[in-house]
Amino acid sequence: MRTIETLLQDVPIFQGMSDEALELVSGCASNVHFDDGETLFREGDEANVFYVVRHGRVALDMFVPARGAVTIETVDPGEVIGWSWLFPPYRWHFDAKALGVVRATVFDAACLRDKCAKDTAFGYDLMGRFTQVLIERLQWTRLRLLDVYGNGR
Amino acid sequence: MATVAELPGTSLAPMTARPFRVVRRRRETSDTWTLELEPVAGPPLDVGPGQFTMLYAFGIGEVPISVSGEAGGPLIHTVRAVGAVSRAICAARPGTVLGVRGPFGNTWPVAAASGSDVVIVAGGIGLAPLRPAVYHLLAHRESYGEVAVLYGSRTPRDLLYTRELERWRGRFDLQVDVTVDRALEGWRGKVGVVPKLIAGARFDADAAVALVCGPEIMMRFAGEALLEHGVPAKRIHVSMERDMKCGLGYCGHCQLGTTLICRDGPVYRWDEVRPLMEVREL
Repeated sequence: MRTIETLLQDVPIFQGMSDEALELVSGCASNVHFDDGETLFREGDEANVFYVVRHGRVALDMFVPARGAVTIETVDPGEVIGWSWLFPPYRWHFDAKALGVVRATVFDAACLRDKCAKDTAFGYDLMGRFTQVLIERLQWTRLRLLDVYGNGR
Repeated sequence: MATVAELPGTSLAPMTARPFRVVRRRRETSDTWTLELEPVAGPPLDVGPGQFTMLYAFGIGEVPISVSGEAGGPLIHTVRAVGAVSRAICAARPGTVLGVRGPFGNTWPVAAASGSDVVIVAGGIGLAPLRPAVYHLLAHRESYGEVAVLYGSRTPRDLLYTRELERWRGRFDLQVDVTVDRALEGWRGKVGVVPKLIAGARFDADAAVALVCGPEIMMRFAGEALLEHGVPAKRIHVSMERDMKCGLGYCGHCQLGTTLICRDGPVYRWDEVRPLMEVREL
């Protein structure tokens, strides 16, 4: 059976991380399972974790009055869910729901924030990796804002 | 005295539309139709994957439309109704006669890609010009390594060729991944932009050939994502679009810098065309 540490080596956000840093990260991680339709977290809840999806798909939804839950993005294997754990007030800004069976690795945010504070080189490395994810998501969001297929509709 | 058409190098044949009859018409989405055409007289067109014709709705006008059918098969066009001419073409029922000039332009480098993995990235109606390339790859499947078709559209309702996509998805020798920019109720597929699918496809980036077609801004993002993934710029090919009129490189309407898209394109290598995309005045 593969340990969490070896599982994390294949996750893009952790690729190239030193063994010592991976050990710090995996010390705050555990594996979880969600059934179809199960909620990982809801908007407004405390963001005390983040996830890496290992299997399945997670829908990130926002509740829009009179429209209901609108899926704004889906997250697939190898991708990260959540960066609200990084900055106060540590609250989720959307809902996350399993589309089918989902297996994921969950990371304890308080545990990681504590390690980042104690080992700033590790903290800097981890922040850099999350910033890369943030930039990529921001770029993709900008492309969607352009509504390139819309023809002005 | 010789007429203009008889003078060397001045044949009017490429400027004269041949009549083609619509034999089948199929609705793809709310504004997009696929037409099958046969010549009223004479031989069928010999069209390569990626080429286009100038399609003429008599009395209304002419527009460049990519061929979306199989090479050697009937002439098939998938047309989105966005203006007066394309609306008239989309409304052409079986029996209607349309004018056809061409085929024009170069082709996707499917023969040169033999032996390589091939990644196809399509956005919106950009899947139509790429479909003949997919047909070619499937017809010569043993000549290629991994083949991935990555397709993005605005919403699930805007997906083209849905039955065909399902069939392709059922094959063990083809990766098909689909995403939409906006989900609708009941959609359980991916939501996000098409370049994002590149990271999830299986292919050997160093030796892969990428074929990309869609809105120019989408191609820019897809090209950058492919580069970031390790696909060399010379192995990324995109299909460009400008206001094509004559189809022969005479009128200059489709000029992009030093190139005329109808004559030198529409398929270009990324390293050739990317610098031109940055020039706003072009």
